[in-house]
Amino acid sequence: MKHWLRTIGLAALAAGLLLTGCQKAPEKKADDAKNGELKVGFVYTSPVGDAGYSWAQDQGRKAIEKLPGVKTEFVESVKEGADAERVIENMARSGDQLIFATSFGFMDPTIKVAKDYPNVKFMHCSGFKSAENVDNYFGRMYQARYLTGMVAGLMTKSNIIGYVAAFPIPEVIRGVNAFTLGARSVNPKAQVRVVWTKTWFDPALEKDAAISLLDVGADVITQHQDSAGPMEAAAQRGKYCIGYNSDMSKYAPKSHLTAAVWNWAPMYEAIVKEVRAGSWKGGRALWWGMDKGVVDIAPFGPMVPKAVQDKVNAQKALFQKGEDKVFVGPIKDQAGQVKIPDGVKAEDKDLLGMTWFVEGVVGSIQ
Amino acid sequence: MIRLVVRKRAKSLGWGALVVYLCALALALFICGVLLRLSGRPGLGGLAILFQGAFGQSYSLLDDLVKAIPIFLCSLGVALSFRMQIWNIGAEGQFALGAVGATFVALSLPGLPWPVLLPLMFLAAMLAGGLWGLIPAALRLRLGVNEIISSLMLNYVGILVLDYLVFGVWKDPASFGFPMTAEFGPGGQIARMGPTLGLNLGKLHWGLLACPLAGVAYGVFLSRTRLGFELAACGEGERVARYAQLPYGFLVLLVLGAGGALAGLAGSIECSATLGRLQPTVMVGYGYTAIVVAWLARLKPWPIAFTSFLLASLRVGVEVLELKLQIPAAFGQIMEGGILLCVIAGQFFLDYTVSLRRPEAPVAPVASGASCAPGVKEAA
Repeated sequence: MKHWLRTIGLAALAAGLLLTGCQKAPEKKADDAKNGELKVGFVYTSPVGDAGYSWAQDQGRKAIEKLPGVKTEFVESVKEGADAERVIENMARSGDQLIFATSFGFMDPTIKVAKDYPNVKFMHCSGFKSAENVDNYFGRMYQARYLTGMVAGLMTKSNIIGYVAAFPIPEVIRGVNAFTLGARSVNPKAQVRVVWTKTWFDPALEKDAAISLLDVGADVITQHQDSAGPMEAAAQRGKYCIGYNSDMSKYAPKSHLTAAVWNWAPMYEAIVKEVRAGSWKGGRALWWGMDKGVVDIAPFGPMVPKAVQDKVNAQKALFQKGEDKVFVGPIKDQAGQVKIPDGVKAEDKDLLGMTWFVEGVVGSIQ
Repeated sequence: MIRLVVRKRAKSLGWGALVVYLCALALALFICGVLLRLSGRPGLGGLAILFQGAFGQSYSLLDDLVKAIPIFLCSLGVALSFRMQIWNIGAEGQFALGAVGATFVALSLPGLPWPVLLPLMFLAAMLAGGLWGLIPAALRLRLGVNEIISSLMLNYVGILVLDYLVFGVWKDPASFGFPMTAEFGPGGQIARMGPTLGLNLGKLHWGLLACPLAGVAYGVFLSRTRLGFELAACGEGERVARYAQLPYGFLVLLVLGAGGALAGLAGSIECSATLGRLQPTVMVGYGYTAIVVAWLARLKPWPIAFTSFLLASLRVGVEVLELKLQIPAAFGQIMEGGILLCVIAGQFFLDYTVSLRRPEAPVAPVASGASCAPGVKEAA
């Protein structure tokens, strides 16, 4: 009897506490910024670390932190589900006026929180939804992939290039395709072998995947994950590698040809400027390319001959001028069927939903 | 020379256990404070932020509660089998299968209203999770396969099944190729409690009701039914159980099936209430947290509820701490781990007393039923 009274008592106490708390509606209005200070929050899916995707994002954050009157904060390693919603909401509650949610998995949580905090501006990276106070944005990384593909196509001797891919989602598939198109534009015999790891950061597994590609004769390795595992594997075998996210040459100085890199600073500075000027609008899909400096390739390694560098730089100059012909037909799929007809340029929505490999890729989407 | 003497307690500490837990918690917080200071952040201030973040506002309490729901249900599930020394490590996979089962119903019958659709989803989830739990049970009974290994391995298989469906046949055509199913219809989503009750209850949803129901069923089954008593008796070991002619095989099937059903239920609630669709990110490791919770709570229902809530609030608090003091995520995990470790270490003192004795001092007579801790020699 006593036992039951105790439990019921405790339960009643807990419920009482909770309900008293709930009568008072939580403040949803963001605190007014002191003297025009702009508070900006960043949510990362992985640890910032020293070379990966979140590291590159964090360089963008540091760039806007340097602007006068801007204060930034971030939370790393946020799981992409219910937890993300809470973290983003905590940022909105604590008075952030602009929030960058930097991973695809934060899309639904961002949209949900944005509905409850109409005065806060949200930027979601790599998704496809927007709202009155949410923009989605991304960079045309495929342009940098095309250039690194050219480097690989010119440097390979076995004509087998290994691609350690992350998840079979359009962003990754688009990268593989652009890379392959770049490689075959300069070396029609080149084939790109794809292995999926279904990870974003697992150095040991990603290294093993690279080794499996080296074992089938690949002599250039590239990747889509945040770790330098594949770079290490290539360096140990004395083969070439091409990094991703940031310049990874420090992990494989003798093997690192170049890397496809993110450079978020110009975009984030522009967004902050817009917010300041009051010209920021929701509902947009911003997809910036090499012409605005959001994507680039890392400096070439010393082993890349001048002729190769010149050829790639010539194509890079075209991208920088805004001339983007990566996905202009005729482009065939793996079965040899024409997916993009001659002279037609694929629309952005087709690129954003790309779920097929181009001719020259060895591997399946699953 | 002074020696450390460790003895098993003759009788349980009762409310004294609370003192032990509070001391362990105080020690853990002290360590966290020192670590914060060492990393150049305010120690005491940091702890205040942690506490504020976890319990300081009504919305933080509500966030804690929402996060505790799946942990509690999974934990009840594994605790049931731990009671009879069946080591079910498979809650994670059963959770995944539950989410898959519920999604199957939600996607095949999209137009139904919630009073029909939600129960069907729960049923499918419990069936899927339960059947997934029965696999290690059958393997153990038929082939003598250790259920720790089989249930653990089935976690990976379960998650792969989920991935296969979400990356493949169930992928939403409107998702631009991203791995997610279509959003469930309104009837397939568990609603939030706030609007109906006219209170501001944040993200708290009706899935909460499953917790008291499951908790009471668990308590009543164990303390008021013959089968529950037999289950406890089976905890003495398989041979004892068989000698006493208890239905050992049936009970193994029951605990693993019911445990799987509970984890499956948790999966369906998480899927329906917080995501509104199935996507791979529904898996965040609740099935593993559940094992820690079950042990900390010593397999009892009220402590399981309490511990689930505390672990959930610890995560919520650490998140706020990471945000406010810009602490690296790894540091947050160290703090979480440190707190858990201290509390688990503290549990040692619930069962044992430690005292310092000189070897020549007479040893107090050992109370009946008490024995030495394993691996520790008693000073004579």
